[in-house]
Amino acid sequence: MLELRNVTKTVGAAEHIRDVSLTLQHGSLNVLLGPTLSGKTSLMRLMAGLDVPTSGSVWFDGKDVTGMPVQKRNVAMVYQQFINYPAMTVYENIASPLRVAGTDRAKIDSEVRKAAALLKLTPYLERTPLSLSGGQQQRTALARAIVKNASLVLLDEPLANLDYKLREELRAELPKIFAAAGTIFVYATTEPHEALLLGGNTATLSEGRITQFGPTIDVFRRPNDLVTAKTFADPPLNTIVLKKSGSSFLLDGGVNLPVPAELAGIADTSYTIGFQPHHLSLARPGPSAVSVKAKVSVTEITGSESFVHLDFADVRWVMLEHGILAFEADQVIEVFIDPRHIMVFDANGRSAAAPQMLAA
Amino acid sequence: MEKTWNNKAWFLVLPVLVLVAFSAVIPLMTVVNYSVQDTFGNNVFFWAGTEWFEELLHSDRFWEAMLRNLVFSFIILAIEVPLGIFIALNMPKKGWAVPVCLVLMALPLLIPWNVVGTIWQVFGRNDIGLFGYYVNALGINYNYVQDPIDAWVTVIIMDVWHWTSLVVLLCYAGLVSIPDAFYQAAKIDGASRWAVFRYIQLPKMQRVLLIAVLLRFMDSFMIYTEPFVVTGGGPGNSTTFLSIDLVKTALGQFDLGPAAAMSLVYFLIILLLSWVFYTVMTNYDAER
Amino acid sequence: MARVDCNHIRHAYGPNPKSDKDFALKEVHQVFEDGGAYALLGPSGCGKTTLLNIISGLLHPSHGQLLFNGRDVTNLSTQERNIAQVFQFPVIYDTMTVYDNLAFPLRNRGVPEADVDRKVRETLDMIDLASWAKKKARGLTADQKQKISLGRGLVRSDVNAILFDEPLTVIDPHMKWVLRSQLKQLHRRFGYTMVYVTHDQTEALTFAERVVVMYDGEIVQIGTPAELFERPRHTFVGYFIGSPGMNVMPVAIDGKTATLGSQRIELPGAPQTATGPIELGIRPEYVRLGREGMAVKVSKVEDVGRHKVVRANLEGREIAAVIGEDETVPAEPKVRFEPTRINIYADSWRVEMGA
Repeated sequence: MLELRNVTKTVGAAEHIRDVSLTLQHGSLNVLLGPTLSGKTSLMRLMAGLDVPTSGSVWFDGKDVTGMPVQKRNVAMVYQQFINYPAMTVYENIASPLRVAGTDRAKIDSEVRKAAALLKLTPYLERTPLSLSGGQQQRTALARAIVKNASLVLLDEPLANLDYKLREELRAELPKIFAAAGTIFVYATTEPHEALLLGGNTATLSEGRITQFGPTIDVFRRPNDLVTAKTFADPPLNTIVLKKSGSSFLLDGGVNLPVPAELAGIADTSYTIGFQPHHLSLARPGPSAVSVKAKVSVTEITGSESFVHLDFADVRWVMLEHGILAFEADQVIEVFIDPRHIMVFDANGRSAAAPQMLAA
Repeated sequence: MEKTWNNKAWFLVLPVLVLVAFSAVIPLMTVVNYSVQDTFGNNVFFWAGTEWFEELLHSDRFWEAMLRNLVFSFIILAIEVPLGIFIALNMPKKGWAVPVCLVLMALPLLIPWNVVGTIWQVFGRNDIGLFGYYVNALGINYNYVQDPIDAWVTVIIMDVWHWTSLVVLLCYAGLVSIPDAFYQAAKIDGASRWAVFRYIQLPKMQRVLLIAVLLRFMDSFMIYTEPFVVTGGGPGNSTTFLSIDLVKTALGQFDLGPAAAMSLVYFLIILLLSWVFYTVMTNYDAER
Repeated sequence: MARVDCNHIRHAYGPNPKSDKDFALKEVHQVFEDGGAYALLGPSGCGKTTLLNIISGLLHPSHGQLLFNGRDVTNLSTQERNIAQVFQFPVIYDTMTVYDNLAFPLRNRGVPEADVDRKVRETLDMIDLASWAKKKARGLTADQKQKISLGRGLVRSDVNAILFDEPLTVIDPHMKWVLRSQLKQLHRRFGYTMVYVTHDQTEALTFAERVVVMYDGEIVQIGTPAELFERPRHTFVGYFIGSPGMNVMPVAIDGKTATLGSQRIELPGAPQTATGPIELGIRPEYVRLGREGMAVKVSKVEDVGRHKVVRANLEGREIAAVIGEDETVPAEPKVRFEPTRINIYADSWRVEMGA
């Protein structure tokens, strides 16, 4: 179990990590999700012991390891760049941490072959990394991390430099590999989509703070605050500021959104309403859906789906609809917001409540 | 890269501290000691106060040597930096020629100072030296032993020959780090060769150039071995730089007090230059 | 703006190419219409960047001809072709202000300063950087720098085409959305001929009117995003476009029926007879999971937020199905393929279906 207790890291005047407390269990997959410079790499360096926190402490299995150097910690790391020993074969690359540990030959051989099979590298064991594709190079780095049998494996955007399709394939395999290894995995990414595909737990980061930590799908569906919701949305989260008056959220100019039953008790004031692009639709999704007239600015087609960028009042929304939609620019269309899927945030950005889940 | 904070690291530094104490701090204190005393030998010393410093700062000989140093540094910078950039720009960027050029460029840097001096001392002689002989054969009257200008030319050529490579190698390192996309974009933008240099290559070389200029300035300001070997500071005092003057005072005339005062002033100037170097570099990095 | 014709273009990086294997670009014979927005999509090493560099003039093709508006430009330099290009990593002139960066291509061409000023101001408005004009370009964020790279192309009124080489690689996901929609608006308002290279299907499909899918130095299909999605010409296109990609399984065909193991699948028509192994392709989006159809064993359900991907086993083969956010997998699940969405492939190439 890895524990960060009130960890803060400042470098010069800049605060890279602000008061982070986090507990990660053995055998868990943990995603750090946040934009560039939100503190993902800084946090990983603290976890690894490459950096020492300015204040706070790091605990491993009930032992304070703050300040213990990385060499003594049994940590493996995989980076965005494909880092392998260029002069060694793939076999030797994978075997290198075992050789350092002084493992006997037979065990090294069986471990290397096991990891190579897991990562589909068996045909390439005698090649050197630079003669392989990017995907295979990164698999080699991953195999080395796995064979090390580290208690903590840190992956810093490991798929960012790979082709889209390769990324998709490795992403599907990684959770299986992780599950088999039983160590603590930490995976940093900028892409919400990637976090969802990996599953496990997700910690959303913003400006060096962890805004929320929990099972990935829960963080996605029930963000505690607006920052988390925005971090965990791709396409970007649709938002609008509405005034609550009795049983409705109102906007001059025609929006009248019924307040969900479980939120009936909240004060009459301004709220930021957020909803995902696929919860804005052309067809009325239910009797309580609210109709809104919005102006089309751009339509993007992905083949099976369309992203329609809409201007409404002073905000820009994205609607994700199935099928191919051909709208003229500046055309005004009627779209529907489903109040069952809205998230309501108060003036401080705190969630008034998470959206109610639909019964299946 | 951030530093890892570790108390034990101080023990690793300890041997170096001891070494520096013996090799630098103690001799320096001895020099300070000498600079404020007078002696006629036999280890008998008299307190002289700031006398030597006052004498030094009012001595024409000191200021002339200082002026020579500054002029010398200025000239070699004015030659080596543009020449270094020019050569670096024209070096091949890929293929078999790269290592060949790099080795050729590094060769002069590998030759010890006094050997460089000796080479040029012989090379420039107008009786048996290849260079001196043929220059004279061309009808140019060249004799570095007699003519101050010829002596300066020799020392400068020698320094340029010895050190331009350093500028070349630094600039080359800066140039090869420029991604191809920059050149492609410049082509597309219709940039002239000069514009490519001015707006892409020069800005990317800025940092290494700064290092090159400061290193060469400090180094040339401390020049000693080569002119000592070739000209011995002459003819007359024409190539007597501060360092040569210092040795003449200390060892030639055995004026330990004035020599100590002079070395301290010299040391402070170098210290000041190092400080300027350091501040400029860190400010530059902070700005990035 | 110009129409770009690639006439039988082939390119090899090494000297003396002999077999097809030596060519990075095997044969491209393709027209990019004036004012069109095209994407070149494919995995790394498929030749898409090679083709782009041939159009921009950074590479000279081993064979073939390149025409701009009917004029042969094969032997013209990059400058003479008047194209603009945005690279993977932002290329900006560090020491200049944003304004001077945009003015640079015009000043290089000796445009009078009054015109430079007018054009630069127009462009700054177009790329939404008017308030940054006097700032040094060095301090900007990656997406702003990419806009400057683009702006240096837009500022020239004589530009024949704007080329993009994976321009969003270093941009954060949220800014990608903003930049992409701005690009699209620019294209619609000013009608530039744009060619956009990427390995990211979302970028390609959302940006382009027509997507050119490349594989192993060849163009495998050119079509609208919808065509590529509904009727992939080659199983590679089916796999490469869509996530997850198309389900492809070997079948036997008898008239209007396809046989998959013990299952019989009705087709909307009889495929034309063809040689080579026959396969059936169906997109996960068109695999209906319910209580009717062919029995499957569900191995995994991936909840990706806006929908779920169900991984299941059908007749010993792994297939994927996409179900809605609020749907669940029924007990004793069965799948049905939407008949009109089925494609049949012979030797990996799509065959038409008769009535």
